[in-house]
Amino acid sequence: MTDLMVTLFNGLSLGSILLLIALGLAITFGLMNVINMAHGELIMIGAYVTFVMQNIFINYIPEQYFDLYFILSIPIAMVVAAAFGMLMEVSLIRYLYKRPLDSLLATWGVSLLLQQLARTIFGAPNVGVKSPSFLEGGVEVGSMYFAYPRLFILGLALVCLAGIYLYFYKTGNGRRVRAVMQNRQMAECLGVSTRKVDLITFAIGSGFAGVAGCALTLLGAIGPTIGTNYIIDAFMVVVVGGVGALFGAVAGAFGIGFFNTVFEFWTNASLGKVFIFLLIIAFLQWRPSGLVTTRSRSLD
Amino acid sequence: MLKLADLEAGYGESMVIRNIDLEVKENQVVCIMGRNGVGKTTLLKTIMGIISPKKGEVNYQGNDITKKRPSFRAKQGIGYVPQGREIFPKLTVYENLLIGLEAGNEKEVNEKVYEYFPILKEFRNRNGGDLSGGQQQQLAIARALVSNPSFLLLDEPTEGIQPNIVQDIQGVIKDIKENSQTSMILVEQDLEFVKSVADYVYVVDHGSIVYEKAAHEIDDEEVYQYLSV
Repeated sequence: MTDLMVTLFNGLSLGSILLLIALGLAITFGLMNVINMAHGELIMIGAYVTFVMQNIFINYIPEQYFDLYFILSIPIAMVVAAAFGMLMEVSLIRYLYKRPLDSLLATWGVSLLLQQLARTIFGAPNVGVKSPSFLEGGVEVGSMYFAYPRLFILGLALVCLAGIYLYFYKTGNGRRVRAVMQNRQMAECLGVSTRKVDLITFAIGSGFAGVAGCALTLLGAIGPTIGTNYIIDAFMVVVVGGVGALFGAVAGAFGIGFFNTVFEFWTNASLGKVFIFLLIIAFLQWRPSGLVTTRSRSLD
Repeated sequence: MLKLADLEAGYGESMVIRNIDLEVKENQVVCIMGRNGVGKTTLLKTIMGIISPKKGEVNYQGNDITKKRPSFRAKQGIGYVPQGREIFPKLTVYENLLIGLEAGNEKEVNEKVYEYFPILKEFRNRNGGDLSGGQQQQLAIARALVSNPSFLLLDEPTEGIQPNIVQDIQGVIKDIKENSQTSMILVEQDLEFVKSVADYVYVVDHGSIVYEKAAHEIDDEEVYQYLSV
């Protein structure tokens, strides 16, 4: 019983981490169809922003306020990553919207560039970020132990998800984004500035990568290649969930997270990974377009 | 109001329309007729800016807009009802109308469009993609009307639609002509309806204008000669 509960919680926790790193990608890849290989590096940027914030607080701010650095890091990481995303969109991506293969190569180049930039600025070795004190420890229920950072990430993922939902479905900007993604030419003909929508949407997707990077500092040390460790998982979540369906990504993330934990529980870490990939391959044979597919009369 | 001079446009290397000279005056309804595939839709797309012309000029209200983006033209007051309706399938009817507001200064959906098409009020929370073809056409027209355009492009608004909705749509077009200052280019195959609503008629064949006359001077026989297959 305890084993089952722990496995369930670990699955949920892994799922929430996957969801957080995939949310940004669900926007840039899922909605906009841009294959952004540098998405992992936007995550890295978020992580290093947290590192820099920590150092600023250690050096310049009285010690009793130290814990605040993490709370502040989340929005700042988002803004910085979004700014990098905007820069990428303006200088590169917008010329490649109809050329997926070229954008794959070009953004991979950007990813190498950003990794080297991080190496130059922060050095090649990993750096640690000290978790704020309110996220140390955990809560014990009977013989089970729930670590606070994991609970925090679960909460953060849900808050981000809610934010994205509200933005896309309840605001004028979100409505414009959905209109452009469904019928770009007609939206343009009705007076929607598709250039502006593309730019803002890509920036938002990049911003959520920054938030994910911030959260990842709670789980371990960070380095210039932290992004490459997560980019495959992120793409996996979006593809399994269904490209273009935000809520497919949720199901994809928690599905993969749960099965991964179960397989690891039965076997070991590397075999578990093998099984989860096999499962995904089999799943995509059965449903090539993912869990949630968009279909409607006018698209038939 | 709108003037096309020596317009030549098409897809890639192949030109679909050439030597198009056309004029629409204030408050005028201009109808474009012609068989399928002669370039009527291409002409409208060029006016809207979806296709950029190889040669010639599009002049709107005295300004050269040949190189402007479609969103700019929409904000200048050109409303567009495309062939095939192009409803946003996963937006609700109401959201489709709100996107229509982007071009103008209005903040609210005008009650007038619900008077024209009551079904849109009833179905306002359904997805656009779930409506029938006729309902989608009504939505496409309403979506163009909500921003109070000063110039409307209607590409075969009654094509493939059940007769009673065709009558509704024709009634709305006549009402717009009589009660507002909107000019129109209407692509239409039904000569009787054209004669009842148009001020001026152009007939297009093989990508060029082959016949033009004020609507009341039209000779049916001459027009049919270009329309018959």
